[in-house]
Order: sequence, then C-alpha cells, then structure tokens
Amino acid sequence: MTTRSEGGYVFPHKHLLGLKDYSAEDILHVLDQTDNFLEILNRPIPKIPTLRDKTIVNLFYENSTRTRLSFEMAQKRMGADVVNFSSGSSSVSKGESLKDTIRNIESMKIDMVVVRHPSPGAAHFISRCVDAAILNAGDGAHEHPTQALLDIFSIRQKIGRLKGLKIVIIGDITHSRVVRSNIIGLTRLGAKVRVCGPRTMMPVFVEELGVTVSYNLEECLEWCDMAMALRIQLERQEKGLFPSQREYHEQFGIKKRHLLEFPNFTIMHPGPVNRGVELESEVADSPRAIILNQVTNGLAVRMAVLYLLSGGKRV
Amino acid sequence: MRLAHQFVEPFDNLDSLAIIGMQTRGVDIARRVHGYIKSFFSVDLPLGVLDTTFYRDDFRTKMKMPSVQVTDIPFDLFEKDLILVDDVLYTGRTVRSAMDALMSFGRPASVRFCCMVDRGHRELPVTADYVGVYVPTHLNEEIRVETKEQDGREAILVVTKEEEPRT
Repeated sequence: MTTRSEGGYVFPHKHLLGLKDYSAEDILHVLDQTDNFLEILNRPIPKIPTLRDKTIVNLFYENSTRTRLSFEMAQKRMGADVVNFSSGSSSVSKGESLKDTIRNIESMKIDMVVVRHPSPGAAHFISRCVDAAILNAGDGAHEHPTQALLDIFSIRQKIGRLKGLKIVIIGDITHSRVVRSNIIGLTRLGAKVRVCGPRTMMPVFVEELGVTVSYNLEECLEWCDMAMALRIQLERQEKGLFPSQREYHEQFGIKKRHLLEFPNFTIMHPGPVNRGVELESEVADSPRAIILNQVTNGLAVRMAVLYLLSGGKRV
Repeated sequence: MRLAHQFVEPFDNLDSLAIIGMQTRGVDIARRVHGYIKSFFSVDLPLGVLDTTFYRDDFRTKMKMPSVQVTDIPFDLFEKDLILVDDVLYTGRTVRSAMDALMSFGRPASVRFCCMVDRGHRELPVTADYVGVYVPTHLNEEIRVETKEQDGREAILVVTKEEEPRT
C-alpha cells in the first residue's frame, strides 16, 4: 500500500520552507502519509503519542486563525509540547530582532519552529540561525506550503488524480502566497494551472511559473475541473486595485448561475470567505464546494508534515 | 489452520470475536486465518488492520523515519474479544505499542495475541496466547516470515546476519 516506502524511498528534508525544495516524489509521499493521519482524526480517541518527546514553538508575527489553530491542534493531537508566541504581546515591541528572538527561544531546548512572518524569506533566514526543524506557515507574499499541500491533497481526494487536471485560481495573484505554493506544487505533479483575476492583481511574467493567464472568469469555469477562489484581502483595499467589492464580484465572483451553466467544476477556497465577493453565499454552501473538507484535510496534512520532519535527535 | 481452530475453541458464541492483523505481514496471516474460519464455521468475523508506528518507542532511534501504513478498523471495539495477529514475536515491544494503539479505538472486552513465530529474547513481560511455531534463535539471527502477498512465496527463514539465508 505504501509503495514509496517499500521501494526504499527516504524522505530527505529537515525543513519545510517552501514547496520549491520538494520534488514531485516528496510531495506525493506527504500526501500518501496524510491519508493515514486523516484516519486518526476519526478514531474515538484521536490522539497519538508520536511527538511526546518534542517541543514546538509557534512563532506568529502575523494574524492567523485557521493556520495557527490547525497547527496547534495537530501538535497537540500528536502529544507534543506547544508554546505559542505572537509578536503583539512579546518583546518584539521592545525592539528585539528576529534573529535574537529565535536564538533565545532555541536556548530553551526546542525541536521545531512553525513560523509565520510578513517578510518573504523569514523562514529561510531562521533556518540558517538555528538547528531546529523549521516549518513555514506563510512568509509575506512568498510561500505557504502547508496550505498548498492541503489544497493539493483535497483535489486528489475529490478527483482521484492530479496529472492533466485543469485548475483555475481566481483572485489576487500578486499578493497571494497560497497561489505561489500551489502553482509550484500542482505543476510539478502534472496539473494544468490557469490564473484569473483583475489585471491590477496579475503579476507581470506570471507565465514564467508555467501557468496560463485569463481575464475572463466564465471562460475559465468552462475549461476547469477545479476552481480555487482566493480571498480578496479587504485590508489591502485602499490601494485601489479594483474599484469596489461589488464590481469585483460582478467580474470575478463565482455566482449561483455559474453552478448551473457549468455543471462540472468543484469549488475551493482557502478561507476565510468574503461572502458576496469571491463567492456568492449559495456557492460557498453548495455541495460542490469542498471548503470545509479543506480545513479537515489541513489538520491531517500538518500532522503528516510534523511527523515527517520530527526525525532525528533533539538539538 | 490449527490456529483458526484454537481461536474459535474457547468461545460458545462467536459474535464478540474479531481479528486484527498488524502491518505488514501480520495482515496477510490474519486474512488467511479469517478465511479459514469463514469456510469452516461459516462466520464472517470482523477483520481489522493496525499500524503501530505512532506508538513505537524506538522509531526515533533508527536511522530513518518509518512510513506510516494504513490502519483500518471498520467496527466498534467495545465489548469485543480481539485477537491480535503478527508474524514474529521477539522483544515484545511491538505488541506493547499495538495494545496502546488499540486502546485509543475503544475498550475491548479482551485482547489475545497470536504470532506465527516466537523467537524468544523478550524485553517486556509479554507472551503470546497462540503460537504457530517456537524457534529458539541467536541474537545475531533474524527471522523472516514471507507471505504470498508480500514476497510471492510462503516461508519462514532463519537468517544469520551478513550471511545467506538457510531454511
């Protein structure tokens, strides 16, 4: 059943900084392991002692509910000791640098660090400062690998394959770290990815990543097997990337009538959904949306990643 | 086949009996036994598959992280009389981890343990209720049970490390 393990495959990574470092085989191995962690979540006692010798720090320099809760729950389900850190209530406001902070935390004998930071490359930087295993939980507009892994897992779970699958990602392509990790992962596994969004949110040279570009939502919905809507980041709205939420919804929001017109595509969204902007409320709640499955899968994916990266001795 | 009869013997009522095979080769043996019981007594006992990787106490001391395999127990353990099946009983550590794992699925009425080969050298106070064959071994030997499903043939080999297998 786990053919990759029988074939002498050894998971080669110490960190998860971005999907860029992971080969197709590595990604598939994570997905295969995730299947087994998903089963644990359905047990009467969904707790395993596998990480009980590990101490993990969740270092969050940016707000997050889903990712943070999901990581923390995954860690606790596996018996790890967890320490949470958020920049608001810490010495960061006294001016301590990231490097000093992380080296101090490391002196408290920790094994793994989950980090979210507004600066791209923060996770890479930390991995050079300390010996602990580093998991990137989002660094600026760069990567968000566990989100992409859970998206890819959800797609495979829903459709059963990835090769040749047609996926359209709709929204703010420029500022999204989710999109970047997804494009890397999906194209590496042989899926066809198209990005769609207002021109103001489309990075130049995006084709370099191996995707096609479209500015017409309906054409994309007709083409795709899977439509992934991204959250429009209302907090960035003042920059004037599009005139109004209503106009965005008119052009790029998935509406109820689209479900009837194009009966084949499945809807994904990394959350939180702005109802009435990216998705009409009926679309978000329709049986063709797998948004809540994505959240459950996120927990299992994070457990699998924590497990795979937890090997080796304490630093 | 003898094992299959031994399993059933102490029970008047087979309703509570269930078999759990341990990954990887214990599963094949469990399937076999399950099949015998089905054809002799025409009862289809519940059959589960267990992977104990998460509960092991030695997985971090080995060189690489073992891959997790499927666990699938498609029935409620409550009030069941379980028979745990594995290929080789050696230090007893796998059985200990399996018992831990089972307890997180519920509270069975009883758990018995069956192994194909008992090779001795226990490190924990564990014993098997049903044993296929006792093979006294040396510590530098390795017992290799092969099953049709995994290896294409059925055999029990005693392998002295860094030497050719002798049967």
